[in-house]
Amino acid sequence: MTETIKDKVRAFVIENFLFGDSSYDLADGASLIENDIIDSTGVLELVAFIEDQFGIAMADADIVPANLDSLARISAFIEAKAGVPATA
Amino acid sequence: MCGYGGYFGAVPEAEILLKRMAAAIAHRGPDENGILAAPEAGLAHVRLSIVGLGDGQQPMSDETGDLSIAFNGEIFNYVELREELRAKGRRFRTTSDTEVILHLYAVMGEDCLSVLNGDFSFAIWDRRRQRMMLARDRMGVRPLFYTTHGGTFYFASEIKALLQVPGISAELDPVALDQIFTLWAPIAPRTGFRDIHELEPAHLMIVEKGRTSIRPYWQLDYPDHDAPPLFADERSAAEELRALLTDATRIRMRADVPVGSYLSGGLDSSIVSALAAGMTPQGLRTFSVTFDSVEHDESAFQMEMATALGTHHSAVACRAGDIAKVFPQVIRFAERPIIRTAPAPLYQLSGLVREQGLKVVLTGEGADEVFAGYDIFKEARVRRFCGRQPGSRIRPHLFRKLYPYLPGLQQQSAEYLAAFFGAGDVPLDDPLFSHRPRFKSTAATKIFFSPDLRATLKNYDAAEDLASRLPAAFGRWHPLHQAQYLESRFLLPGYILSSQGDRMAMAHGIEGRFPFLDHRLVEFATRLPPEMKLKGLVEKHILREATKDLLPATIGQRTKQPYRAPDSHSFTGPGELDYVRDAMGETRIGDSGLFNAKAVTKLYEKCQSQPATGFRDNAAFVGILSTQLWLQTFTGTSIRAAEAA
Repeated sequence: MTETIKDKVRAFVIENFLFGDSSYDLADGASLIENDIIDSTGVLELVAFIEDQFGIAMADADIVPANLDSLARISAFIEAKAGVPATA
Repeated sequence: MCGYGGYFGAVPEAEILLKRMAAAIAHRGPDENGILAAPEAGLAHVRLSIVGLGDGQQPMSDETGDLSIAFNGEIFNYVELREELRAKGRRFRTTSDTEVILHLYAVMGEDCLSVLNGDFSFAIWDRRRQRMMLARDRMGVRPLFYTTHGGTFYFASEIKALLQVPGISAELDPVALDQIFTLWAPIAPRTGFRDIHELEPAHLMIVEKGRTSIRPYWQLDYPDHDAPPLFADERSAAEELRALLTDATRIRMRADVPVGSYLSGGLDSSIVSALAAGMTPQGLRTFSVTFDSVEHDESAFQMEMATALGTHHSAVACRAGDIAKVFPQVIRFAERPIIRTAPAPLYQLSGLVREQGLKVVLTGEGADEVFAGYDIFKEARVRRFCGRQPGSRIRPHLFRKLYPYLPGLQQQSAEYLAAFFGAGDVPLDDPLFSHRPRFKSTAATKIFFSPDLRATLKNYDAAEDLASRLPAAFGRWHPLHQAQYLESRFLLPGYILSSQGDRMAMAHGIEGRFPFLDHRLVEFATRLPPEMKLKGLVEKHILREATKDLLPATIGQRTKQPYRAPDSHSFTGPGELDYVRDAMGETRIGDSGLFNAKAVTKLYEKCQSQPATGFRDNAAFVGILSTQLWLQTFTGTSIRAAEAA
């Protein structure tokens, strides 16, 4: 389950923020901000992806780097929230 | 205001070459042109007649014929200088400021630069000493480029004139491209063109006997951080500022043709327009750009100010699709790739001024550098404030206050705000502290560079290159002054005054004049305590104090709204133009060899499909498109990346 989520997240990040560059050495724990992969508009794109793909309702308090700033963190966050339906 | 070119050395068919150089920059001087072709040196000139309409033809020589000059710009204190020279027995044959420079050079040699107050670039051919002297104004308003080919030295106001020399061809400098995709502009003397250089602002160059020497004749300098304050009394400082700004505006109204003013609706151009209106009994003409998009449009403020001043106001509308229509011309005149579209509406605006029959406009440009108006100065102050308490959840909320016009940022948590601005991440003693987030976020566009280009650039770091060029005293200055220096010394001449300034105005033969860049005012402002300029998070405080009687409160108290234009969305959507699809298509991108074609295709599709595009994607889109246009315009075909210069 975790691998599937992480694969989906990785595929989204590569497609949307790295423009298909699968050769980019993106470690699971690498910061998306410090590595200039995501900016403020990108965070909103990421939130929309999580809500649409995984049916998760993200509260403002959820949208913090502790939950979203690496593939590992995003995957863990989605796993913890999985099953909570989106309300929007 | 004009354009010129020339050579020093042996040139076959010199007259033909000089005429071709003049023709290449005819837009800079539609009124007259002339050449001076001597065996060892030549000058070509195109004239926009503003001062000494009937007798200021160039190239101009002195009575002996030993000294000849080609001059672009204005010497605003030429009236006073001419009187001083007359008192010393010098006799004048014309009423022009050009002749004043010739006399000054005859009397003072290169030291004449120290007494000139103006926006200038010129070349003086000294036949007797067999030397060419070239110089550029202190802040870099007027351009000057040069190169050497086949042992002959060539120079011109625009690079397109140099490309007329047989054997000189356009080749993109990959290091300059890296600098543009990091710092927004090449670091002078580098230009976008390999082996073609720019004379830096406030520098003079002497070419003689096969030797070339370049040195600064003026430097932007600030007091040491721990030096006693030079102005303790804000009121007297405001009075001195007002007197200097009034005089700077007064001498910039000198012309034998009407002088108008740009009016953006912001503080700076409103101040300049207000001062100029008071000096124009016949009524001032003002000009502005309006936008369809609410987030960019300032027309309500423009109309309020025009009404308050009673000016005869004209506006040009920048509608959806207009930027795309003019963008190829913008790149042709800018002569370099750019990462923002903001020059395009200014190209439209100068066209409007030309249509209305004026040649000269004042602008408010420079006030943000001189009096600390840009958001980046406030941002650096908030980042330092956050850096002192890295775990604070409250302090990062201040970032929202800085950027009310960026909706993507307003929705972020304090933690994300702190992360985006690198609060606490950049060492406080980093010389580039103020600009690190901007350089870092801009450099993210290089994700689109091709493997070949990356290999050519190896580990080149544009930001460190910039840091290596800072003066020794830089580390002793207040952090605000360090940030002001970076803006004033690099981005101002490298982008604001060139790509947005001279090049867009002169594309339509319009001369911009900049009261805030009068060197007396600049030097005065460097000595002001930082808190008089940026008071808390209120920008240009002392300027507001000095001019509050000139403006309606709604204008005088406005928070700075940076001048911006729609970026990638100008080129996508209904009515998308063929050249955009062509330039951004896989074939053309692949031909140029500079960018990753598949990644660019995905970027293009993303910008087409998403309603909002972030900074990196916008900058990358405009940067890539403008680079492709640059290649098509100046090389005639797409080319592969050159080797690193």
